[in-house]
Amino acid sequence: MEPNNHSENFAQKWVFSKDHKVIGLQYMFTSFSFLLFGFSLVLLMRWQLAYPGNPIPWIGSFLPKSIAVGGIMHPAAYNSLGAMHGTIMIFLGIVPLGVGAFGNYFLPLQIGARDMAFPTLNMFSYWVYFLGGLLMFFSFFLPGGAAQSGWTSYVPLSIISPGQTVWLIAMTFLITSSLLGSINFIVTTVNLRAPGLTWSRLPLFVWAQFITALLLLFAFPVLQAGAVLQLLDRIAGTSFYIPTGLIVGGAPLDRSGGGSALLWQHLFWFLAHPEVYVLLLPAMGIVSEILANGTRKPIFGYKEIAGSFCFIGILSFMVWAHHMFVSGMKTSLSYLFMTTTMIISVPSVAILTCFLLSLKGASIRFTLPMLFALTFLPMFGIGGLTGLPLGFTPTDVYLHDTYYVIGHFHYVVVTGSMIALMGGIYYWFPKMFGRKMNEFWGKVHFWGTILTMNGIFFPMFIQGLSGVQRRLYDPTVQSHNLAVQPTNVFMSYCALGLLIFQIPFIVNFFRSIFKGEKTEENPWHATTLEWACPSPPLPHKNFESAPTVYRGPYEYSVPGHSTDYIPQNVP
Amino acid sequence: MNPSGHYGWGLPAAASSYAHRIDGSLNLLHGVMLLIFFLWGIYLVWCLIRYRRKEGVAAVYSHDTPFSSYIPDVVMLLFEVWLIFMIGIPIWAHIREDLPKPGKSIQVRLVAEQFSWLFHYPGPDGKFGKANSALMHSNNPLGLDENDPDSKDDILSVNELYLPLGQPVLLEMSSKDVVHSFFVPEFRTKQDIVPGMKIPMWFEPTATGKFEIGCAQLCGTGHYRMRGDVIVQSPQEFEEWIQKQTKKGS
Amino acid sequence: MTETEHALSNETVTGIPNGKLGIWVFLASEVMLFGGFISSYVVLRTGSDFFPIPARELLGVPLATLNTFVLITSSVTMVLALDAIQKGNRKGLIQFLTWTIFLGFCFLAIKSYEYPHKWSEGITISSSLFGSFYFTLTGLHGLHVIGGIAFNLYILIQAIKGRYSADHCDRVEYAGLYWHFVDLVWVILFPIFYLL
Repeated sequence: MEPNNHSENFAQKWVFSKDHKVIGLQYMFTSFSFLLFGFSLVLLMRWQLAYPGNPIPWIGSFLPKSIAVGGIMHPAAYNSLGAMHGTIMIFLGIVPLGVGAFGNYFLPLQIGARDMAFPTLNMFSYWVYFLGGLLMFFSFFLPGGAAQSGWTSYVPLSIISPGQTVWLIAMTFLITSSLLGSINFIVTTVNLRAPGLTWSRLPLFVWAQFITALLLLFAFPVLQAGAVLQLLDRIAGTSFYIPTGLIVGGAPLDRSGGGSALLWQHLFWFLAHPEVYVLLLPAMGIVSEILANGTRKPIFGYKEIAGSFCFIGILSFMVWAHHMFVSGMKTSLSYLFMTTTMIISVPSVAILTCFLLSLKGASIRFTLPMLFALTFLPMFGIGGLTGLPLGFTPTDVYLHDTYYVIGHFHYVVVTGSMIALMGGIYYWFPKMFGRKMNEFWGKVHFWGTILTMNGIFFPMFIQGLSGVQRRLYDPTVQSHNLAVQPTNVFMSYCALGLLIFQIPFIVNFFRSIFKGEKTEENPWHATTLEWACPSPPLPHKNFESAPTVYRGPYEYSVPGHSTDYIPQNVP
Repeated sequence: MNPSGHYGWGLPAAASSYAHRIDGSLNLLHGVMLLIFFLWGIYLVWCLIRYRRKEGVAAVYSHDTPFSSYIPDVVMLLFEVWLIFMIGIPIWAHIREDLPKPGKSIQVRLVAEQFSWLFHYPGPDGKFGKANSALMHSNNPLGLDENDPDSKDDILSVNELYLPLGQPVLLEMSSKDVVHSFFVPEFRTKQDIVPGMKIPMWFEPTATGKFEIGCAQLCGTGHYRMRGDVIVQSPQEFEEWIQKQTKKGS
Repeated sequence: MTETEHALSNETVTGIPNGKLGIWVFLASEVMLFGGFISSYVVLRTGSDFFPIPARELLGVPLATLNTFVLITSSVTMVLALDAIQKGNRKGLIQFLTWTIFLGFCFLAIKSYEYPHKWSEGITISSSLFGSFYFTLTGLHGLHVIGGIAFNLYILIQAIKGRYSADHCDRVEYAGLYWHFVDLVWVILFPIFYLL
């Protein structure tokens, strides 16, 4: 390891870098691209939902024949777009942004480390992720097309549908990448904290990343096992998930049989529920940082929040089957999972309560990051509350697999996590590039994004209550969907609006990297360690001299002190 | 556009014996959710106005976590425990476990396939003929064994489930190929149909008319058009239908 | 300056070297991976309506018992190898490590005799669920054995080059931890496939 080697060439510095900051930025730009790609997929779907069977204007003529003929999307392509939208947004968009980008860049900084514990492994994680992403992307152009059984890939449909093999192989790459990353995060947090940085002085962002890494570590291998079994069912003629006597398309399936279709659902959701918290916890960590900074006071209930993170982490392994209340699972099991599901809402309520109480007695600065963090509170509130009727069996039996579910998790993941992550970008941009993003265009982006997002997702609750099922290529075929069909048109225009309102963000982001207003080391007058190093931090070294920590993470407005903040590293 | 008049913005008309209990839970939960959301919202907005930055006023430095801050968590927990044990489990047990006795109900077997619903009635003799997946082909989609005397008067109805008013229905559901899900919005009922499993479900229609069946689980390219109808008639009309179908069959 | 060196040196907050903690965390995820497979096996074996189990004679229990013995012995030699270098005995390390690698190859050789034998008995990966699980799990375990042998070979080459000493033998320990884990997995697979 040559930490201060100045003779790095371009490839060593920017492509195969072992510096956690460069890797963080690589994750950030890659995940931005995938978020945009995943979003554009859903725009095509939204056209089909608003105007079923009509040719997609203008863009339709450029689409490959495998997706649309004469500009009209066909049903298999609709299913592919849906499956890939989910997969890309979750595994290639938000997780890499929240964990890969923010975690890589700021976890070592916040604990005062020079780098991750295993820099080479870190580089390897990124490239494995990148390859998995490429494979996922190019699966659209392979014979058979992309996977079309939903991001949940329920068997046996996924076993008999084209495109799934590539999906499974790509997922193996993504799982491997996440596992390597989580080992790195755990070891780094445990071992490389600066002197004096005890567990009770860790910033909440670090707590969130640490719990997230543990969730990935324990949940992903199980999906890996499930995915290997599914892959073998596809290519080796096994029947792990194939019951006896299956008749597909009028002909019996030539398999030994005996497998269980529910087994996949159990293995999948054992991962996928912790995965929800993988999407959410980093966002909550970011909101904690921004809220403490923007309210200029210590965050309310630091221990309660950190404890709730841990409690959520443990409980998230015991709630998976609430996705399976109507799957034919035993009734007694559904009582158990209904109870654990209701209990897991308590730490979420506790965290939200702490965030709200943090505002009391504050001196609130309505900075750009703060606008996003404050919006997270009610938006995540809607997402969390609408989870209630879904975790409760008598109401879930009606709402399950309707648009209500889609609305619920988009409120959690998009208006919740994504909004917090956007806030994180505005908050940490000065640290990453030494310049600030433009305030005016940031506000345009903020208001446009919030309004259009709600315009897309809120009508989903109305649709769900009216009984509109999810994953319908053409909802107008079924008469119970007709009454609310106009909402689809409204939502589609809001989705287009959301795309348009990302343009100021993208332009602002890239312009500010080069031309933004230059800032000092600590523009937000924040207390945590990342603000104690230069902006951007020194390559392979971060800090001029390694910091020592003397106090908790959020010492704002300490009475009798000359400034309204005392950084952690000030004696 | 909306011939049956059951559908609009919000919940469709309720037409099964337990639909009103589910609607009750939905209304209760949404009421509670709105209440919590508005309490949060009002507090948030009040804080944003009251504690906005003012010159010369510093934020309050405090690390206290007063006991009262746990009140929302405790209230939430108590509410949820009450909800589960007083409402959730009783209703769910009624829906899932109170299966009607064979003599006092209409029994129908549902075999789902890509992309249609096959309803198998036992016919006037009340006995289902033996079915065997090895015998299934396009002329015999259920795989009925023709040598079995019980199968002679069995009735197959594709995508149309005829039922009499006022009798509980026991559906025994199985799937030929992939996971489907039987969903009738007016009955507030939904059940996945998993291949390799025989899953019972019951409901009791409380109104005559035509109700839509939708498939709620992605089952392939034709998922969106996998629909059917439940036709609930008076008992006499239903009996006539059974007679007519039996004649047609033999 | 001492503080900068702190971050540079191998000293960590907990006193546990990064590599050691890393390998333990990695093994935790491996436990979950095998746990996923093995619990699927248990669920289907106990719950499936069609799970024919081949007669024990077809499984070749004596050979598998021998294989178990081979692998356990290789764990012992691995322990001896680590013990040797911790006492500064480089020759002992090389000697015992060679034995470990040799026994690892023996295990693979016996397995590669067993597989075609099973195929000729009609037990293949697609014949029935038992065969599917047998070949999937022992195959995955075999891959881990190959990985362990590769790790051990790397350590052996480094040992021959004289890279390890009594104070500097962390990597030998990591290879040992991994090898013991691979061994442990076999000790679980053996009874659930051959004896139950």
